[in-house]
Amino acid sequence: MGKKLLLKNDHISGIQSYEVYRQNGGYASVEKALKTMTPEAVVEEVKKSGLRGRGGAGFPCGMKWSFLAKPEGVARYLVCNADESEPGTFKDRYLMERIPHLLIEGMITASYALGCSNSYIYIRGEYFYVSRILENAIAEAYANGWLGKNIQGTNYSLDLHVQVGAGAYICGEETALLESLEGKRGNPRIKPPFPAIAGLYGCPTVVNNVETIAAVVPIVNEGGDEYAKIGIGKSTGTKLISASGHINKPGVYEIEMGLPVEEFIYSEEYCGGIKGGRKLKAVVAGGSSVPILPANLILKTAAGEPRLMSYESLADGGFATGTMLGSGGFIVMDESTSIVKNLWNFSRFYHHESCGQCSPCREGTGWMEKVLHKILDGHGTIEDIDLLWDIQSKIEGKTICPLGDAAAWPVASAIRHFRSEFEEYVKQPKSIQDVKHYYRLQEAKF
Amino acid sequence: MTNGKEIKFSDDSLALVQRMMKRYPEGKQKSALIPVLHIAQAEFDGWLSGPVMEYVASVLNILPVEVFETASFYSMFNLKPVGKCVIEVCRTSSCWLVGAEDVISHLEKKLNIKVGQTTSDGMFTLKSVECLGSCGTAPMMQVGADYYENLTLDKVDTLVEKFRSEGKRKSYTDKAEPRKL
Ligand SMILES: Cc1cc2nc3c(=O)[nH]c(=O)nc-3n(C[C@H](O)[C@H](O)[C@H](O)COP(=O)(O)O)c2cc1C
Ligand code: SF4
Ligand code: FES
Repeated sequence: MGKKLLLKNDHISGIQSYEVYRQNGGYASVEKALKTMTPEAVVEEVKKSGLRGRGGAGFPCGMKWSFLAKPEGVARYLVCNADESEPGTFKDRYLMERIPHLLIEGMITASYALGCSNSYIYIRGEYFYVSRILENAIAEAYANGWLGKNIQGTNYSLDLHVQVGAGAYICGEETALLESLEGKRGNPRIKPPFPAIAGLYGCPTVVNNVETIAAVVPIVNEGGDEYAKIGIGKSTGTKLISASGHINKPGVYEIEMGLPVEEFIYSEEYCGGIKGGRKLKAVVAGGSSVPILPANLILKTAAGEPRLMSYESLADGGFATGTMLGSGGFIVMDESTSIVKNLWNFSRFYHHESCGQCSPCREGTGWMEKVLHKILDGHGTIEDIDLLWDIQSKIEGKTICPLGDAAAWPVASAIRHFRSEFEEYVKQPKSIQDVKHYYRLQEAKF
Repeated sequence: MTNGKEIKFSDDSLALVQRMMKRYPEGKQKSALIPVLHIAQAEFDGWLSGPVMEYVASVLNILPVEVFETASFYSMFNLKPVGKCVIEVCRTSSCWLVGAEDVISHLEKKLNIKVGQTTSDGMFTLKSVECLGSCGTAPMMQVGADYYENLTLDKVDTLVEKFRSEGKRKSYTDKAEPRKL
């Protein structure tokens, strides 16, 4: 059993409530931080922990915190990114629904470290029922003196609010999120300035993912050095992985960084192997945006080393033979899966979710969707495959926000690793169309 | 006016809206727009008409065009009338891998409408939507505040019958059914 830091208590009955959470050591990090540490000391522990942002980019959290501008007399904000819309990712919902107080506790401790007196949790609109759970937890925290004026008799005061969105993947991008939080359309801002200088209402702001903020709790409780002992290399601590697709045991798993991918997929403790004993075909390891890898390259690096669940190991080989840990949305596909059809599914997603500000993204995502649809329909040509490659290469790196890259990478990697499958669609459209592209529900076991 | 009713929040909703506006610094009450639009949509027949958006603008003391600008960006806001139950089936990869297409085509047949349409009795609207963060319990759909997961076609049938017999409008702001964790 790997060490658990975030989900160690999620099975305890009643852990959603303040009483049970508190009885199990809840709010200790707030007590420790506010009563025995300066804000700078909390930032220092987070730096020592090596914690990297769990929202997808993996940016060192302590460094991000130390970039926050602190002009006299100007409010600073901590905003929790609970937009969770990256296809294949559902860990934040799991965490907020099961142990809402862990996020609230992390928000208080982190807000203290950053010197904020008003903090917000921005949660996707579809998670409305989860926002209610958070609001209840916040009310309990106020009632027990963990929020509001002079928290636990100290000089520190904090108000915490939940804000719902209304359905837009792009609002997970931090500057689009801030626009949305200000009541506007979710159009990403041009950077610089970065939120650390001018974020919410033009004030210095830190945006962190739910899991990142939750991880601050064990880091403060046990110390950054202890946290950094878990994991491997620059991938310290534990990570929540959302596992879905053709596996026997889909769900959210907390793993120690460095777990071999093979063990994660096949052991009973985690995914429990491929459904129906079928063969593994491909994995999208970090949410829809990261490059897809075929079975051989997800299990072993190009150099033949076992692939590990860590930022570095998953990225080993660059985009030629590697991928990214991303948000930890681990989508497993068995031998019956049509990579071309899955790619069309992703491309439609990015086209639907493009905010439309930059032409390469707005137009390019639509073209890719259309070309893929043409290929799936049996009308594709070899030139269409090259056209797809060309379009994606003209989106990547040429847009305001990384959604453009996120739309390009799945296309590039699918063609890179599965070009022969695209060619089959072009050369033998009839026979391919008869192939079962996906499980029929009637045949699947539940 | 919507259906001849005066457009005005109930006292409870108005009190809630006023509390929400206080969550933000002075002069930044526009921040409350999205939550307030959710309340408006739930209260005024499940969609945001022009007059409803004008009313929301007056409550928040912003321009009607600012409300339209925001409302038209987000997929959860309906700018046209919808059925009492909007069934939103996730169509993205993880759900597709385990049978979302079957759920959608089954619902199309059962309700005798296509995705995007509303039944003639005004009871159901069928939508297909992008990943709802429930990929480990796929296939899934959302109706109002509730997530229905690990769907089978039988489960879908039972749910549709249940919604039909209840005959109630479902909103995102409803109290969700208790969930087994
Ligand atoms: C298109 C797009 C969508 C994103 N969606 C999310 C999201 O749903 N949740 C999240 O935490 N970060 C998301 N991010 C990353 C955020 O921009 C940001 O990096 C993150 O919230 C920072 O938090 P962290 O450092 O704790 O990871 C997204 C980025 C992009 C470009
Ligand atoms: S890359 Fe796409 S989503 Fe991002 S700002 Fe440009 S158009 Fe909008
Ligand atoms: S893909 Fe359907 S909920 Fe994520």
